[in-house]
Amino acid sequence: MLKALIIGSGRVGSTIALQLQQEGWEVTVVDENEDALSRLGESWPGTFIVGHGMDADLLREAGIEDADAVVVATDGDNTNIIIGQVAQKRFDVRCVVVRVLDPARAKFYAERGLNTVCPTSVAIDRLMDAARTCAIPTAQPSEEAEAPAPEPV
Amino acid sequence: MYVIVVGGGKIGANVMRSLLRLGHEVTLIEQRRDRFEQLEDEFEHQVQRGDGTELFILERAGIARPPDVVLALTGDDEDNMIIGQIAREKYGVPKVIARVNDPRNQPHFDLLGISPTICATSSVMALVEHEVPEHDLIHLLELRGENLEIVEVQIDGDSPSAGRSIEALLLPEGSRLISVMRGGQAEIAVGSTVLEAGDQVLAILEPGKEDELRRVLLRR
Repeated sequence: MLKALIIGSGRVGSTIALQLQQEGWEVTVVDENEDALSRLGESWPGTFIVGHGMDADLLREAGIEDADAVVVATDGDNTNIIIGQVAQKRFDVRCVVVRVLDPARAKFYAERGLNTVCPTSVAIDRLMDAARTCAIPTAQPSEEAEAPAPEPV
Repeated sequence: MYVIVVGGGKIGANVMRSLLRLGHEVTLIEQRRDRFEQLEDEFEHQVQRGDGTELFILERAGIARPPDVVLALTGDDEDNMIIGQIAREKYGVPKVIARVNDPRNQPHFDLLGISPTICATSSVMALVEHEVPEHDLIHLLELRGENLEIVEVQIDGDSPSAGRSIEALLLPEGSRLISVMRGGQAEIAVGSTVLEAGDQVLAILEPGKEDELRRVLLRR
């Protein structure tokens, strides 16, 4: 059974935890706040540990040493980046995914080998696409995209 | 020289004053509005407001020049680590000094290669060990890069090692005695040196071997 460790049980972390658990993963969730457990529903079958993800002993207790994937999604970009690097470099976790809201930091750390996901950049792209689509209702981007480029003369 | 200081709390502001007094060019970055306004009254244009872990804030402060030193002195260890990484690895700042607020985070700073660091709690604890006599083994120096440390051990009359030569002691692997201080005179420790009550012995060892060393020298 694949094992996931989710750091941060906010809207994002808790949803990922529930989803992976339904897909058959063994999931452990860490959050500083005890109340965050409520986001996982009343009958959360996985493990929930109260504590800070910067605490190496707690990460060990949460099973980071045999985790197949670690998802870091607390509400602090810098905290996420540091925990992600600790998981990758200290505990040699093969799959580490880190949420970073600031596109600049997400890009810098992505270039350095950290798997960062930036919801801000994703939102910008989607909003831009949506704005273009509804502002130009007659445009048919799919056909235009498929049209062959003119041969260079 | 040019210095960027991130974090305008008590430490940051005092460091800023000291650097300015020495005639250096300094920019201070502070995030909190009320604190920034206080600092601005004193330091005027030399303080800028913003999150010092954001690239554009650092660039506005001139990190791309780059400065000779960046001091990451905020009250948040994660922020200080990020500032250190960005300064060194993105902008090629030659020297970064970072504050450690919680000594438990020291291994993270080490892991990410952020050095040197300064931790008030660890400094106070090292002084306590040095000043309070009931601590029979004092940490003098940590050689983090080498993974070694130098400690001082006080030999007393009850110590099993008193009256024995160093070569007769079963010292833990990964440890050596360096010198023996006796009656105000220090001597290099050699195999034939006989320890006596009252000696202050310096030893070099791998971190974590303190208890074994204590047992051999002091039986405690």
